[in-house]
Amino acid sequence: MAAHRCGLSLVCILIFSSLAHPSSCDTLEKANDNTAEKRSISEVNTDGSVAGEALNERQWQSTDAEVDRSDSTTHSEALTPAAARDEFQEELVIRPLHSGDIYASFQFRTLWDTDFLQEGQKVSHYRLFPKSLGQVLSKFSVRELHISFTQGFWRTMQWGQPFIPSPPGAELWVWFHDTVSDVDGNWKELTNVLSGIFCASLNFIDLTNTVQPSASFKPLGLGNATDHRFLRYATLPREIVCTENLTPWKKLLPCGSKAGLAVLMKSEKLFHSSFHSQAVHIRPICQDEQCSSKAWELRQTLNVVFDLHTSGQGKKEWSLFKMFSRTLTEACPLASSSKVYVDITDNPEGELFELSPATPLLGQAVVLGDRRTYSVYDLSRAETFGQLRSFNLLLRWKGDSGDMLRPLLHAERYVAGFGLQTGEIHTVIYNNHPYRAFPVLLMDSVPWYLQLYIHTLTVTSKSRDNKPSYIHYQPAKDRHRPHLLEMLIQLPPHSMTEVTVQFERALLKWTEYTPDPNHGFYVGSSVVSALVPSMVAMRTNFTQDQPLFSSFVPVKEESSYFVRVYTEPLLVNLPTPDFSMPYNVICLTCTVVAVGYGSFYNLLTRTFQVDEPSPPLSKRLANLIRRMRGVPLLT
Amino acid sequence: MAAPLTLLLIVAVTIRAVLFRSSWAELISERVEVVSPLNAWKRVVEGLALLDLGVSPYSGDVFHETPFMIYLFHFVVDYAEIVFMIADGITAVALYLSIQTYNKNVFRKQKYALESDRYPADCLELLRSPKEMFYIPLKVAMFYLLNPFTILSCVAKSTCGLNNAIIALFILCTLKGSALLSGILLALATYQSIYPLTLFAPALLFFLQRLYIPVNLRRSSFWFFTLQYAFIYVGSLVVITGLSFFLLGSWDFIPSVYGFIFSVPDLTPNIGLFWYFFAEMFEHFRLFFICVFQINVFFYTIPLSIKLKEHPVFLIFMQIAIISIFKSYPTVGDVALYMAFLPAWSHLYRFLRNIFLVSCVLLACSALFPVLWHLWIYAGSANSNFYYAITLLFNFGQILLVSDYFYAYLRREHHLTHGLYLKKKDGTEATLVLK
Repeated sequence: MAAHRCGLSLVCILIFSSLAHPSSCDTLEKANDNTAEKRSISEVNTDGSVAGEALNERQWQSTDAEVDRSDSTTHSEALTPAAARDEFQEELVIRPLHSGDIYASFQFRTLWDTDFLQEGQKVSHYRLFPKSLGQVLSKFSVRELHISFTQGFWRTMQWGQPFIPSPPGAELWVWFHDTVSDVDGNWKELTNVLSGIFCASLNFIDLTNTVQPSASFKPLGLGNATDHRFLRYATLPREIVCTENLTPWKKLLPCGSKAGLAVLMKSEKLFHSSFHSQAVHIRPICQDEQCSSKAWELRQTLNVVFDLHTSGQGKKEWSLFKMFSRTLTEACPLASSSKVYVDITDNPEGELFELSPATPLLGQAVVLGDRRTYSVYDLSRAETFGQLRSFNLLLRWKGDSGDMLRPLLHAERYVAGFGLQTGEIHTVIYNNHPYRAFPVLLMDSVPWYLQLYIHTLTVTSKSRDNKPSYIHYQPAKDRHRPHLLEMLIQLPPHSMTEVTVQFERALLKWTEYTPDPNHGFYVGSSVVSALVPSMVAMRTNFTQDQPLFSSFVPVKEESSYFVRVYTEPLLVNLPTPDFSMPYNVICLTCTVVAVGYGSFYNLLTRTFQVDEPSPPLSKRLANLIRRMRGVPLLT
Repeated sequence: MAAPLTLLLIVAVTIRAVLFRSSWAELISERVEVVSPLNAWKRVVEGLALLDLGVSPYSGDVFHETPFMIYLFHFVVDYAEIVFMIADGITAVALYLSIQTYNKNVFRKQKYALESDRYPADCLELLRSPKEMFYIPLKVAMFYLLNPFTILSCVAKSTCGLNNAIIALFILCTLKGSALLSGILLALATYQSIYPLTLFAPALLFFLQRLYIPVNLRRSSFWFFTLQYAFIYVGSLVVITGLSFFLLGSWDFIPSVYGFIFSVPDLTPNIGLFWYFFAEMFEHFRLFFICVFQINVFFYTIPLSIKLKEHPVFLIFMQIAIISIFKSYPTVGDVALYMAFLPAWSHLYRFLRNIFLVSCVLLACSALFPVLWHLWIYAGSANSNFYYAITLLFNFGQILLVSDYFYAYLRREHHLTHGLYLKKKDGTEATLVLK
């Protein structure tokens, strides 16, 4: 059956490329035609894929790959690269958000079909893949590495789901190869090395904030690893992301920030935004449909949300120049594809905003369970840049911005209670799907100084007890290990599920407090991972021009999609000792102990005697003289 | 005498039952003075919950009870309130019977001494009369059962009440002369909270005295009995620990219970001296001071045993008091146990030097604990030093109290041999001093 499908997909690709090749100018009809094939390809792909988690990524990949294919065929004749074993792609997706903000997402992907982990064979010739990361991968036997630095919090209720979610602060999760014997040692060294590479405080990752989630973080790439002994996950919610983290990140790109999309990354603009997140994802993937050979994928992403709506001096318009203070002049010469996408799904007739320059090229992709339409600008074509040799995308809002989104899955978290002794963590998870229940995996990693009481754990949905079907709990060890709580909770349709657990705040040693102890301590975001029923499957009016045979039963790969939602990090106050008086405390306590010791010592070693008062000094002197004179002493 | 004791028990149980049903119970069970990380009921429930989840309770740092406690409460967790009330009742009855036995012994010895005319003539007013001694056991039971500290401890369901019951039973068995039961119960008390091992010395001294074996290192009978008692004690300790191993299938509880007691990793405030001291300690002196403070608890055993070798019951009192002052996680339940003995030493009252001051300090501290805790933790208008100051004063008061009783006891003994009204060489009235 699988072989048959693969065969089918090959046929599809052939048909598609033959369709794409002769047409020099793409039309909207053609783009619509493509979707049927796209679906079949992505279906095959997901059938072949190993983990459900990789679903959304896969869909992206498949749509990417297949759009690229149409281009590479046109290019290959002109360029004919000499059997390059690595390739680089860059793209920028711009999505006008409902709230009036602009979401810009850069994605850079480097593929390389080498094997870092092979014994005895040292990879020393690097072309596009950054050498610093390649060496790290081979030295520490890393199977998969995901690292993200985020400044600000992604507001799901206003902005919808991001393409690649990330929690505030730094997040690092790594799957090690199963030949590694000392995983903790490797992890420790790896965090220190990465800390150097990215100029971040990743060296503060140690055993006290590292966990091994049993179910929430499965490998996204090849390999069906399920033994979570080789997984390490840590977050630093306090990490501040700034220019010094961006610069080394940019240096990993083949073109640096000299050419291509990366010229837009000027830190003074990027960090003047509501949300900034940069990430590096490395994983092994299949190189072709049959998965006959393995390739390493390095995916660098940078997501920014600009709040141009309020800072635009009343005018609701934005352009590349306004956002980044740069315009695009060329694609990265090393890139095999370089594109800019603008999401125009909510603007099919141009009534919401006006986009200039207009593009004839349209693309469609199923992203996060929703079919989106994009205007595509191909930077590898000269005509994109027009007469001015510069590409400046301009969008002028016409209508009012839309109403609030209701994402299907949404989670938030807060601390309840007062005083510095106890407290309660509330995690609220919303399922906004009108009629479908689905399970979510909730993962919480709480530092040891908040002592969780698992017997106070309650899960309620619709004011009824909702017993989790799976609970994995690892209690904390003081100064060694954080709490890890993972639960599988079934969310009823259209409901709010509240998870509460009580904790007690510990008094720490005075050296264990941060320099500003009364600011509080951060607790990393909890992670909600779920397969969410798709919006596409939810849609009942199939008015779009699709073939009738495709629309009766909702297609499998679109029926649900994987999503990960991060809640807010918590800021928890702990009781503090007085930092100014360690000497005083040591002296005073020792005094009390000494009073105890002294009084017991006194009573133990001495005996009661009748007090014979000693004669006064004058008498003693007189007696001394009398003794010398040989006269009888005074009494 | 049974009727007043029954009445007392009924009153005590009523007070506890009312408090258990009131909204105060939850408030009390959160008080740091009443529960410590070692004996909080919340942590017992947490341990049971972890066991239900299939996680070893000792894999985390919340549960520090011994395996026996898990298995006890595994069966009686629903009747916990009754268990704690029964434990308090047992402690009170055991103390009542022990003091009754002790008083009988004291009176008998006093009679022999009188008959052999060993007391100086002016000491008659120091001697104890049966009339005065009659109500002492009841007073002891009352001091334990109606002490607010005990009531709070019981309402908070602190497992300290159970440890107190074991120690009280141990005292009863010792005073009744059952070396076997005494050894087993002492092993159990040691197993529960390690510190009671210092009670080995007074128990041994008591048995030796009872069997008229002189404490003489060259006598084989002394060694024979000592080894016998030590064998019972160590043997039962080994058996109990082994049993816990078989109950749990691992030795995890050793570091989690005894390591926790000795290394003091949890600095949650309590009424003791450890928490703030080690929160403010310089890291490289930490180990040194932990050793010093822990040795301090055991340090007094040998000198006290030498000094008080004729008075093992008073030695038991001293040891319990020292443990409850200097242990790493003390609670008011520990204080209540040694305070219950105070009526037994009511004849020392005339020699106490500063009982008024000490009582005022202890009362004021007990009232200030919740006030300063509130100011620090909830109101935010005070800081940790306020609460620390009051724990310091409270311990200072306890030390004064214990050393005062020790002084009074020694002084009375001195007067019983040398006469009450001592004269100087020149015939004027003399004052006694320690030299």
